[in-house]
Amino acid sequence: MSAESTAIPVPVLPVSAACKTVGSVAVADPLISARDVNVYYGEKRAIMDVNIDIARNQVLAMIGPSGCGKSTFLRCLNRMNDTIEGARVTGLISMEGSDIYDKRKDVVQLRARIGMVFQKPNPFPKTIYENVAYGPRIHGLAADRVELDEIVTTSLRRAGLWDEVKDRLNNPGTGLSGGQQQRLCIARTIAVNPEVILMDEPCSALDPIATARIEDLIDELRASYAIVIVTHSMQQAARVSQRTAYFHLGDLIEVGETDRIFTNPRHKLTEDYITGRFG
Amino acid sequence: MSTSALLLLIAAMAVLGYWLGKHRSLALVGGGRGIRQLHSLPGYYGLLTALWCALPCLAILLVWLAGQESVITTLVLRGLGTAATSEHASSGLLMNNIRNVAAGVIPADGVSPQVQAGAAEYLRLRSISAMAISGVILALGLAALFWVRARIAPQLRARNAVEAIAEKLLLACSTLAVFVTLGIVLSVAYESIRFFHSVPVHDFLFGIEWSPQTRMRDDQIGSSGSFGAVPLFLGTAMISGIAMLVAVPVGLFSAIYLSEYANRRFRSVAKPLLEILAGIPTVVYGFFAALTVGPILRGFGESVGLEVASESALAAGLVMGIMIIPFVSSLADDMITAVPQSLRDGAYALGATRSETIKQVVLRAALPGIVGGVLLAVSRAIGETMIVVMAAGLAANMTANPLDAVTTVTVQIVTLLTGDQEFDSPKTLAAFALGLVLFLVTLSLNVFALYIVRKYREQYE
Ligand SMILES: Nc1ncnc2c1ncn2[C@@H]1O[C@H](COP(=O)(O)OP(=O)(O)OP(=O)(O)O)[C@@H](O)[C@H]1O
Ligand SMILES: [Mg+2]
Repeated sequence: MSAESTAIPVPVLPVSAACKTVGSVAVADPLISARDVNVYYGEKRAIMDVNIDIARNQVLAMIGPSGCGKSTFLRCLNRMNDTIEGARVTGLISMEGSDIYDKRKDVVQLRARIGMVFQKPNPFPKTIYENVAYGPRIHGLAADRVELDEIVTTSLRRAGLWDEVKDRLNNPGTGLSGGQQQRLCIARTIAVNPEVILMDEPCSALDPIATARIEDLIDELRASYAIVIVTHSMQQAARVSQRTAYFHLGDLIEVGETDRIFTNPRHKLTEDYITGRFG
Repeated sequence: MSTSALLLLIAAMAVLGYWLGKHRSLALVGGGRGIRQLHSLPGYYGLLTALWCALPCLAILLVWLAGQESVITTLVLRGLGTAATSEHASSGLLMNNIRNVAAGVIPADGVSPQVQAGAAEYLRLRSISAMAISGVILALGLAALFWVRARIAPQLRARNAVEAIAEKLLLACSTLAVFVTLGIVLSVAYESIRFFHSVPVHDFLFGIEWSPQTRMRDDQIGSSGSFGAVPLFLGTAMISGIAMLVAVPVGLFSAIYLSEYANRRFRSVAKPLLEILAGIPTVVYGFFAALTVGPILRGFGESVGLEVASESALAAGLVMGIMIIPFVSSLADDMITAVPQSLRDGAYALGATRSETIKQVVLRAALPGIVGGVLLAVSRAIGETMIVVMAAGLAANMTANPLDAVTTVTVQIVTLLTGDQEFDSPKTLAAFALGLVLFLVTLSLNVFALYIVRKYREQYE
């Protein structure tokens, strides 16, 4: 992590008075701040004036009914929407005080700082070793083979996969089980040493045991990274996250401490959703 | 009756059989109300009857078609006695005359009385044979109809029987292709073996001089011919190599551009245009190569002081490469588009640039398909004939210079088999040997392609 991140706390950006989101949108010393973010797919507005801060060393869960824009918002944070034809983002998203949509910003460096894990495990058609080594290689993080080996080993260990694959690092990554593949994808993401990890329903293709392993892993990773996770499972959100955001039809309805949201939701829509009256 | 009339007759009997079988089954259970007592729907009883009637008839008809000519020939020749054959060079020649007279191709008054007699006998036997087969088919068909009709009972498992027959028919169709291929290979191999009796395999495969002119008659003056095929192999390899040098980069890069970079508008125009290249007849490419590219290359060669033959391997190879571009590009494009978006997203999310993603992830995943497409293109290049006939020349030069005229295996097959030929001479048989080599090379290319595809195939659900 860069030195500046620990030196001076990043100031909290003001939230406009028009923001109707219930709860504490802003946090002290935020890593990422989104202000009045809108996303359009062509003419269609998928995200409406969303304001939210992402704190360091914390898990933020994003919940909400299908199609409400969770993935869309998540993809704004590492500019993955750039790859979608017709997608347009307005508003301000800043990371440690600088606008990530700034024309002069290199998206490649941004994505090295903000990693992403997808709904379906998507290991590359390469060996397990090469899957993890891929990121460090393209960013030139390792000076030599020894250092690269070191990065691969540590990343696999931190992803909790090392013991299962240490004897077959040269086998194809696609030959692993679904849960192992997802942990491989997490290892691949950690290997470039990001500051934030975005996870879009990382457990939805996994069985309960594999899910439990990933949840444990998320809890451990929190010590070093800020994590944003999209999930359809309220139990999962309650188990792994410290803050929860509830989206509804493109609006960010409510944000707050996870315990508070699940025990004492303030907005009617949030209450309906978490008590199962919606979606 | 003619064969088509016989087929019509069989069809008519089959229709009758369908009707009979269906109504018989319905009658047995007292009309439509009793249909539930039948094991199968009435239509199946109809189908069963029709099949049992038509299939044996068709089988008899096939046997008759295959056998009648040789039986009649034997009978005619026997009737004429052995004296007749000794007069003519062979009984085959005599029979040819007889057939021609019988068909009216040769006027009857200009031939020997023996041939006239033979022709009359031939026609008589043919009409007897035709009548006999008509009678047999009619009798067999009707007998089958009534035999099956009598055996129809409500418990008869007509559906199962029909489905079993249908399965056999499907099996027959699918094995047909295999047997045809096998037949072609065997006949080519057989003729090649005859060729290798007069020219040793070793001389053919490793000889470096190709001049297949042989004497056709003893009194003719001519060389004894030499059948060293290396110049042909070299020529083929060189032209295919040049073609692949054009087609693989251009095809692959255009596929990458079209699938990864181009916007939808450009793609919707460029892709069909590219595929039009595949629809141009090869003969058009041929004269493009011979009349346009060849002279241009020669003119260019002159201006820089190089000697370029007007028919050069380079011209043929370049044009063939252009022809093959769409094969490579459309297959590569399919494979690249088939790579799941999630893989690209995975690479982008790690901070890979677009070109890194394409080089290291997309192409890697699409590799088997691309290799398959390239190998397919190679075997097409090797087998391509028209362009090389027109643009590469016939000279079997032993050269590695792409500016010279060369010749290829396919071109030589064409020249060996066009014009007046004696079927037994090594010159003609050499075509089969070349064909065999061509076949073996293409086969191993395909096997190799399959091996690679299987080795690299990744499962994306
Ligand atoms: N590539 C796209 N082009 C056009 N519209 C899109 C695109 N992706 C998403 N949308 C639309 O944007 C809205 C939000 O989609 P998004 O995928 O963000 O929802 P989500 O909350 O992630 O849903 P889910 O829980 O089902 O994953 C939806 O109405 C969807 O139809
Ligand atoms: Mg989603």
